[in-house]
Amino acid sequence: MPRRNNILANIDWVTIGLYLLIVLLGWLNIYAAVFNEEHQSIFDITQRYGKQLMWIGAASVLALIIMLLEVNFYVFFSFIIYGLLLLTLIAVLFFGTVVNGAKAWFTFGGFAFQPGEFAKFATALALARYMSSYGFKLQKPKSLLTIAAIIFLPIAIIILQNDTGSALVYFSFVLVLYREGLSGVVLFFGTLFALLFILALVVSNLTLAIIMIGMVMLAYLVFNPKLKQFAYVFMVYAVCLAVFILADLVIKTNFETDQFIVAGAVVASLFVMYSSIKRRLPNYTKIAIVFIGSVLFTISVDYGFDNFLQAHQQVRINELLGIESNPMGAGYHVNQSKIAIGSGGVWGKGYLQGTQTKFDFVPEQSTDFIFCTVGEEWGFAGTFLTIVLFLTLFIRLVWLAERQRSSFSRIYGYSVVVILFFHFMVNIGMTIGVMPVIGIPLPFFSYGGSSLWSFTILLFIFIRLDASRLEQLSV
Amino acid sequence: MNNLSNRSYIIVAIFAVVGIVYTILLFRLQVLDSDYKQYATNNVLREVVQYPARGLVYDRNGKLLVYNKTAYDLLITPREVQTFDTLLFCNLLNIEQDDLERRIQKAKKYSRYKPSILIKQISPENFAILQEQLYKFKGFHSQTRTLREYTHPVAAHVLGYVGEVTGRDIQRDEYYKSGDYIGQSGIEKTYEKQLRGTKGVKKFMVDVHNRIQGSYRDGEEDQPAEIGKNLISTLDLDLQIYAEQLLQNKKGAVVAIEPSTGEVLAMVSAPTYDPSLLVGRVRGENYSKLLADTLKPLFNRSLQAKYPPGSTFKIINTLIGLEEQTINLQTRFECYGKASSPIRCTHNHVSPANVVDAIRESCNPFLWNTFRSILNKYKTSAEGFNVWRKYALNFGLGRILSKDFPNALKGDLPQQALYDRIYGEGHWNALTVRSLAIGQGELGVTPLQMANCCNAIANRGYFYEPHIIKEIENDTVRSSVKVKQDVGIEARHFEPIITGMNQVTKGNLAGLIGITGHDFCGKTGTIQNPHGSDHSAFTAFAPKEDPKIAVFVYVENGVWGSRYAAPIASLMMEKYLNDTIATRRIVTEKRMMEANLLNPIQPK
Repeated sequence: MPRRNNILANIDWVTIGLYLLIVLLGWLNIYAAVFNEEHQSIFDITQRYGKQLMWIGAASVLALIIMLLEVNFYVFFSFIIYGLLLLTLIAVLFFGTVVNGAKAWFTFGGFAFQPGEFAKFATALALARYMSSYGFKLQKPKSLLTIAAIIFLPIAIIILQNDTGSALVYFSFVLVLYREGLSGVVLFFGTLFALLFILALVVSNLTLAIIMIGMVMLAYLVFNPKLKQFAYVFMVYAVCLAVFILADLVIKTNFETDQFIVAGAVVASLFVMYSSIKRRLPNYTKIAIVFIGSVLFTISVDYGFDNFLQAHQQVRINELLGIESNPMGAGYHVNQSKIAIGSGGVWGKGYLQGTQTKFDFVPEQSTDFIFCTVGEEWGFAGTFLTIVLFLTLFIRLVWLAERQRSSFSRIYGYSVVVILFFHFMVNIGMTIGVMPVIGIPLPFFSYGGSSLWSFTILLFIFIRLDASRLEQLSV
Repeated sequence: MNNLSNRSYIIVAIFAVVGIVYTILLFRLQVLDSDYKQYATNNVLREVVQYPARGLVYDRNGKLLVYNKTAYDLLITPREVQTFDTLLFCNLLNIEQDDLERRIQKAKKYSRYKPSILIKQISPENFAILQEQLYKFKGFHSQTRTLREYTHPVAAHVLGYVGEVTGRDIQRDEYYKSGDYIGQSGIEKTYEKQLRGTKGVKKFMVDVHNRIQGSYRDGEEDQPAEIGKNLISTLDLDLQIYAEQLLQNKKGAVVAIEPSTGEVLAMVSAPTYDPSLLVGRVRGENYSKLLADTLKPLFNRSLQAKYPPGSTFKIINTLIGLEEQTINLQTRFECYGKASSPIRCTHNHVSPANVVDAIRESCNPFLWNTFRSILNKYKTSAEGFNVWRKYALNFGLGRILSKDFPNALKGDLPQQALYDRIYGEGHWNALTVRSLAIGQGELGVTPLQMANCCNAIANRGYFYEPHIIKEIENDTVRSSVKVKQDVGIEARHFEPIITGMNQVTKGNLAGLIGITGHDFCGKTGTIQNPHGSDHSAFTAFAPKEDPKIAVFVYVENGVWGSRYAAPIASLMMEKYLNDTIATRRIVTEKRMMEANLLNPIQPK
């Protein structure tokens, strides 16, 4: 049985210190974001900074409770917690309140509560529990399917709540799986398809076809630097393309030139695939397959974008990719946010001196756009420090995760850090206009009881696990 | 398992890459790019125009004529409007519900975020009631404007009016912005630059809802509005009021000038209107009404009516004859009364008449002979006519006398070309254009021009530009008003004329028009009117020596010169010189004030 003093001695105070520092800075910026001359008392609970102070107090109590609980509680109850939260998520679908278009909230009295926030730590617990179970092998299809189910169940319900932004967070678990042995290929394809996704929407089909054909030729050259074989492949593509372009010029069809070129390249790839299998040149085979897959993917992206995404989502993605720019419309948030951050300069305008902040030009400034306050009032010095602070926390958490003996604790630790990182990346990215505006908070920083509590629970369960890292967990 | 822990470095590397990329992006955004600072300033900066009060206008004795009153514009910011009690709102503002709806739609169309004027120029009395309730109506606020206010409902034509600028005004002068006011006639127009002052600007910081949050940089960049300059006009308020009373219910004009300076003491066009009718919200409606009025109250007869001067013009023809030496003091012309040819005489008088007789009796044959002698003095009638015309121009006929009167007309002073065109070159002579001898025919003279002629006679040969502004606060009146303009006729030639004019006031008319304590000079005119009763004109100055006032009065359908114009002119002069009207003339004064000549047919 663990002894209390043992735990106290093993608590990682650095992480707790970083946590407290970020929470404090967050609160100071919330105060600035909602500050007005009439309400100056920091305890004024009609104001958000007053409320946030309450949430911080409650979060401290939560953290304390988490630290006091038996470590095996989290292991033992992980699936039950996960199940309960899924049920809550479903309940929200029926009894919830709509806030900002998403039916993701329960409201009692003046307080709103977002179960989706808490599903993150529950999913992390369930994932850690499953992946640390005896005889678990990531490579087994059954394992992969179960993991997918654990991750996609909450995603599905949250998407049903029309809260796509929060759902995206769950994709960050890919990094956890990568750490636990998922092939790097998955990461490679993840990145490739993300790039293709963007290019498919940004550049014209013809340009994209040319880029892709150029890339595939480069890949053939790099991965099998034998000139004779490359010349053969090159000839195949050249002939196929020439035939199809000629066909386009001669035959009158409803298809565009770029479609002919793509078709030509696909035919050439199939030919290369066939002959490389015969001649046992696996690199060529793989490249050809990837190319054909990429083509199929881009086609489906174009089709999916036009047919499956909702209008406001299309607009936001278009805004982000710079296809549509309407500073008074959907781009208003980002535009004002960039103005706030950009006008901060090196040292900022001074605390409570930000005009964008004081006069409410940035919507949602105490929640999703809290980083604007940092940028405007503390300048580059403030934003840089904030980024450093978060990165320090993340690296510390990775280090803590790596020192765990039990895979449960390690997997949970990685889950914590990737969830926090994803929020950090998307939240700050959207305030400077490089990520789509999906309303997800900056951990510990943004105003909101649900998010502060859920991140506190998420983090402190890991701190609790870490404090007992020397014990054997009853997995 | 151990080799997998190397993957933690990849993960940390991903974190680091994102952190570095964001740091670079932030550095570019915050440090390298300075545009955003400007955008942030533009966001919060609102410039609020400070409208200066227009300059005040005083009369020559320092009595206030025009000042300013506060009015309130009600503005709407559509975005901030919440559901409100439209019925109460409409009652407070005294407008119809659908009118309100239309105005709100218009404001929304302009901008949902920026305030626009919903209702203009609410009077302080109405606004006081509205203001108490305004808190109930979110999204509405007021701004203060100044409107013109008049101490007395007189001198509307002289003072002019102020109205909103037109697109052309804005094009001509960048100072003006849509919704600004500009002087559109009278003094308000001529002295617009002095009266308007300079608009100021106050810079405020506003929040995202455009609500003012405080001054920008503690008001360092504010420019205070400079109030307009005050004007002292040459008008004599008492005389102006009196003249308007005398001309009420009549059509006509009065112009009174101080001969020694050219300062216009009174200028009336009847019927006139209350200048306060063209102020504020009621302006548009009243303007249309005045415009539609068949009596044309907006028409400034004193500057724009081209009246044939009639017999009052005989003085000038006689003076030209004397100067050209085609007649002299010994010259007498026979008058056969109604049998005279080519122009008959309507008066019974001694014959043959000399210059003094002719002026006193307004003898048409004398004037015909004089006019003929002028035109015949030269080789051709045309040459003689041009000499005659030059003198008429010297007297200020056929030209604009002063910049002070923006709406003034030149009048008609026919040119040789006109007669050449009508009759053919060399095919006309004095007989052809004989109407000019007695101030009729193609001659069209404005009352201001006639008053100016009288001015020149009173001065014995010169005048100063008739003008309406005596002094401008912190500024000088243009120097042209100080320039003596000579009419080119020797002073001595005026004496017989003045004697004749003096005798006019002493004969039969003495009882009617005599001024207690002052010897004065006058000349009647009766202008034939084919459309109704003849018009009545009188030109006069007083006192005879060292004249203080020269007056021209024209009363349409006034039957005879002596019937209305002469008594009105003499009453004005008496009022001006004596401050009071002698008791014996109270009856005349009453009769003049009460006479209603708006019916074009008057009993003979």
